[in-house]
Amino acid sequence: MSQTTSTLPREVAGRAVREHRPARSVNALGRGSGLALGTSLIWFSLLVLIPLAAVVVQATNGGWSGFWHTLTNPQTLAALKLTVGESLLVTALNVVMGTTIAWVLVRERFPGAAILDVVIDLPFALPTIVAGLVLLLLYGPRSPLGIDVANARPAVFLALAFVTLPFVVRTTQPVLEELDRDVEEAASSLGASALTTFRRVILPSLVPAVAAGAALSFARAISEYGSLVLLSGNRPFNTEVASVRIIGYIEGDNLAAASVIASVLLVVALVVIVVLDLIQRRVSRRG
Amino acid sequence: MVRSSPLLRLVLRTVVVGYLVLLVAWPVSLVVTHTFDGGFSALSKAFADPEVTHALQLTAIVALSSVAINLVFGVTISILLVRYEFPGKRLLSALLDVPLSVSPVVVGLALLLVYNPRSGWLGPALADAGVQIIFSTPGMVLATTFVALPLVIREVVPVLEEIGDDQEWAARSLGASSFQTLRRITLPGVKWALVYGVVLALARSLGEYGAVKVVSGNVVGSTQTATLLVDQRYQNFDQPTAYALSFLLAVASVVCIVIVSVLRPKQEA
Repeated sequence: MSQTTSTLPREVAGRAVREHRPARSVNALGRGSGLALGTSLIWFSLLVLIPLAAVVVQATNGGWSGFWHTLTNPQTLAALKLTVGESLLVTALNVVMGTTIAWVLVRERFPGAAILDVVIDLPFALPTIVAGLVLLLLYGPRSPLGIDVANARPAVFLALAFVTLPFVVRTTQPVLEELDRDVEEAASSLGASALTTFRRVILPSLVPAVAAGAALSFARAISEYGSLVLLSGNRPFNTEVASVRIIGYIEGDNLAAASVIASVLLVVALVVIVVLDLIQRRVSRRG
Repeated sequence: MVRSSPLLRLVLRTVVVGYLVLLVAWPVSLVVTHTFDGGFSALSKAFADPEVTHALQLTAIVALSSVAINLVFGVTISILLVRYEFPGKRLLSALLDVPLSVSPVVVGLALLLVYNPRSGWLGPALADAGVQIIFSTPGMVLATTFVALPLVIREVVPVLEEIGDDQEWAARSLGASSFQTLRRITLPGVKWALVYGVVLALARSLGEYGAVKVVSGNVVGSTQTATLLVDQRYQNFDQPTAYALSFLLAVASVVCIVIVSVLRPKQEA
């Protein structure tokens, strides 16, 4: 069996197959656990909630007109368009390639499959700055393939494809492993072609997992920074993405403008989390 | 199984292997060959550089501190989420996932807005008390802890749900205190999940770049971690050192992945 090593499949699979324990397993808070919860919440607030709230407050300090003024700055607009556009493209690529990779890993036995499993998780674990550097070695000025995309549009796509590679694979793989092959046998013995079987039997059960992976990969793509630093050249109106624009504003000590773009990214992140939650609830209700 | 044609299967397999080699395996292998271009000279030169050793030390300190914090927080919050009932639990559970989808740059900015000593919400008060967070190690630990926060929780929660609480109740009814139950029953039960969570959090913490860049000020020889130094050396045309450091970071992440993938089947078997 190919084992999944990332955090994603456990989460998705775990929620989908979660057993319902008897009600006894849930306790009311006592003094000790109440104290633990209080301390944890204070820490979580100081580390995550208050800082994120500060971004939103800072962004709206200048009123709606200030917000709008920053967003419609041509350079910012270009960066946002590029970020969303490339993220959608990369997500589409991941839907196709991620599903194919998961399919081959689950259904085919061949030497080296275990190595492929490690290769797929590498983008999760590899520092993003190193990701940009290694891509530059193969697709930069000294490319052994003769392909040089450094400081050009395709570099953005390449970096995003690298860092988002594992998401769809790792959400789809556990679902494919649990698919009941008898149903496929039945379909094909009843005369369905391989394509029909795939479209009518396999695809419907894959859709929630692929959608979850796509949402995660989109969220990751729009927020990417590290892998682009060395690779894309961060040229305004050409290869500058939203995160780079934020850094530009921070370095220019314009925290208000930085917060405006940051809060747009935050809203997208929250939407993705809500979408994922809805998908997972739908899956677990069905299961 | 669908009787797909051997040709189609061969094509699919070739496409997948080709894609993974071109996108990940080949580029990553190039950093190894570039590091050892001149034998071990790049590595030994890097280790002789005080800025490099300082950056590696700082990376280790920051990563280990943030893993320790996330371990304690993660275990506590996981137990609370799975074993206890309190208002707002569902919301908290959703909020705990937020750090995974927030851009590292936004994380850095958020911490900057609250903790910077000039105009932050809490920064000036902390500065008066002599605590400096931004542009120093505590800020970098905060940033790293933020980005890696959900990893331990995501591993531990499903396992806690799976093992149930029968043994915990048995221990309690036999007179064990809640601390004894925690130490003797609950923690051993989630041992492997904790190991994965810690390894994943460690990999993430060692490699954090964007968030740390914003809060650290990126001061050479002072608040520069390994990833920041890779960037700086590469841009300053000291590629051999950038490759050597990248190689070390890549080795660390491969080791983390392999540890997790080797250990996980044992638990599931």
